[in-house]
Amino acid sequence: MNSIKSRALELLSDGTVKRVIGWEKGEGEADWSPALFETAEEMNSFVYGDYAGSNLSKYCLKFNLAEGKTLVVLKPCDTLSFNQLLHEHRLNREKFYIIGAGCKGMKDENGRLLKCNACKGKDFEVYDEIIDDEESRKPLNVFDRMIGVAELEKMTAEERYEFWRGELSRCIRCNACRNVCPACTCVKCVFDNPASGVQSKAPVTDFEENMFHIIRAFHVAGRCTDCGECSRVCPQNIPLHLLNRKFIKDMNELYGDHQAGVGTEERTPLTSYTKEDAEPSVVHERGNA
Amino acid sequence: MSVTNPNWKPKIVAFCCNWCSYAGADLAGSGRMSYPADVKIIRVPCSCRVNPMFILRAFERGADGVIICGCHPGDCHYTSGNYYARRRLTMLFSMLDYLGIERGRTRVEWVSAAEGAKFSKTMNEFVETITNLGENRKLGDIRCKKS
Amino acid sequence: MRQFPESKVLDIIQSIPCPVYAPVEDGSMVVYGRYEDGMTLRLDKIATDKTPKDILFPQWENLMHFRMEGKTIELTEEKRMEEDYVIFGVRGCDIQAFKVLDKVFLSDPIDTYYAARREHGTIVALACTSMKDTCFCKNFSVDPSQPDADVVLWLIGDDYYCEAYTDKGRALMEKWDTREAEDGPVEWIKGEIDKKYESLPFAHLNLTGFDGEHLMEKFNSPKWKKLSMACLGCGSCTFACPTCQCYDIRDYDSGNGIQRYRCWDSCMYSDFTLMAHGTNRPTQLERYRQRFMHKLVYFPSNNDGMYSCVGCGRCIEKCPMNLNIVKVIKALGEDAK
Repeated sequence: MNSIKSRALELLSDGTVKRVIGWEKGEGEADWSPALFETAEEMNSFVYGDYAGSNLSKYCLKFNLAEGKTLVVLKPCDTLSFNQLLHEHRLNREKFYIIGAGCKGMKDENGRLLKCNACKGKDFEVYDEIIDDEESRKPLNVFDRMIGVAELEKMTAEERYEFWRGELSRCIRCNACRNVCPACTCVKCVFDNPASGVQSKAPVTDFEENMFHIIRAFHVAGRCTDCGECSRVCPQNIPLHLLNRKFIKDMNELYGDHQAGVGTEERTPLTSYTKEDAEPSVVHERGNA
Repeated sequence: MSVTNPNWKPKIVAFCCNWCSYAGADLAGSGRMSYPADVKIIRVPCSCRVNPMFILRAFERGADGVIICGCHPGDCHYTSGNYYARRRLTMLFSMLDYLGIERGRTRVEWVSAAEGAKFSKTMNEFVETITNLGENRKLGDIRCKKS
Repeated sequence: MRQFPESKVLDIIQSIPCPVYAPVEDGSMVVYGRYEDGMTLRLDKIATDKTPKDILFPQWENLMHFRMEGKTIELTEEKRMEEDYVIFGVRGCDIQAFKVLDKVFLSDPIDTYYAARREHGTIVALACTSMKDTCFCKNFSVDPSQPDADVVLWLIGDDYYCEAYTDKGRALMEKWDTREAEDGPVEWIKGEIDKKYESLPFAHLNLTGFDGEHLMEKFNSPKWKKLSMACLGCGSCTFACPTCQCYDIRDYDSGNGIQRYRCWDSCMYSDFTLMAHGTNRPTQLERYRQRFMHKLVYFPSNNDGMYSCVGCGRCIEKCPMNLNIVKVIKALGEDAK
């Protein structure tokens, strides 16, 4: 979409924005990286298209306190993450110029991204202007995103334990899932604090792997927009989204439907309550033990 | 899972809120109602002070069961702490269940300062459940096991 | 030169009387694992998902254990490796990586944990008769057709040709069921490998200027800002790298004694080489620069020009944001626009 490039260039040239966060293409067909553009000359290598899978919301945190406005290109699902960050006062809306970019479903060298198979729709939650076309407004063919979770729930506890041991034992604690997550915005993560007694870098026992992944998913529960970046970046192919979606599914079932990043008024399920909430024992009474 | 080590005795960690459940435990004591010595009480200001990490950490360090006790919903010393705790613990327990950890190992019970008998009964029940479940092998750090 | 049919390779591995580490399937990945019956062997895999570095320098290992009894401290040192083993099917790039690790761990003071593992291992290499677009090993004086190992295998048609180059290798190969073979096919395949390599996109990178002489020029380049922008600071590249060798030593109080262990560290992390005053690389730009300066400038200037990159291409495949060392070389090298 050349119109996004020319519009971004225009805003950069007339001084409305100081910098642009977008994508740059490397050597290979699928070799796209998020990139920073600060001059009109640098903008020559700006691209947007089928391989722009990464969620640029997280990069906005780097520029929240920078001088002047930052232009950021966000796809519909990325705007949910951006909006959630606004909601949490992590970003200052005034500092960003958002171009909502139409999306036909993104891919990588292996085809359609897993996260795009669970597309949450084509609405932009927050934007200054939208640049899209007829084609990108069409809904994608998607499957029910909770299927994977439901399948696991049907298994016995022993089978689930085996499944997760198999998956989580591959974890090398590189922290890519945490670092890419637009909901993980702690200035100092508990897993980076040597004084916390957490082993951080070493998957010395399977307990560490379990704890890291439980806490990571728990800490973003209610704020996770299900953007799917964690699973996309995992170098060990661990289906981390199945942990996040489990929380989403449970919260939707027990506390009513909630999509993180939609609106800015509603409180997240774990920062609110009702007097009639179910007792914790409810989770022990359903499904397979 | 059956008990393999004949010397094994369950280790239970009970997080008790300062205002209700801890006082409930006191009442059980002064009323001479017994509960097993396997229960180690950790006093917290409110049930919502219990970070999920505390619970996981207890399992890491060798606990076989963790129980969280707080004021009855509606009676929280801080008005709403236990309502938040209720949601959080529900989510955590659900996740542990999802990862295949035995269900009986975690429990929440609301115990008021006047319910010494309930405290004693709950602890007796919980220790029995854990004894039946046996040693916690799925969610602990093997280095912390005494050989 | 000896040869044996490709179909016999499992028999050969099973006949080796000590543990054999080889590329095996683990879920959707291929890693170096201890071969056991029933595993799927994947000698065809170029750039395995985890490197054979793990065998010589595991992600974590116990160093010692201490326990206080009254006023005495009981200290137990971890045993060094005492058992012989074989690493089977290692590619040229990973063998070059062992040499980089040797420079670090076997120069004074010698790391005895590493040294013991190195001594007990016999390496069976496999020449690269096929390659990936992400391969660029020859830039770093690796010969994919003739890896430097105890035994080298070449797969030609349906046969493995093999040759032992050291006493260890000869002792190992003696027990294999092989037959005499001619040198001709191997010479031919080496030529084919060279030809195939030439067709790769990163076959020849210009490394002039990556040395101690140009250190400050590279260090102060304004290009690092743009290069490092997308870096998440995850450690995927360092953990997938066959030469990254930074580690941390930590104590774990298990309640019945203290375990001192070492684990891989990553210069991408905010708490890497953390000191009392804080960190001396406060932003991702500095951390990112450190990794590549170490590989391409500091290491060669301290080690007679040996780069600590071996061109295996794993970081190209693993980086979630598609950043990699080739982009750095191209942006900062002599060819840069």
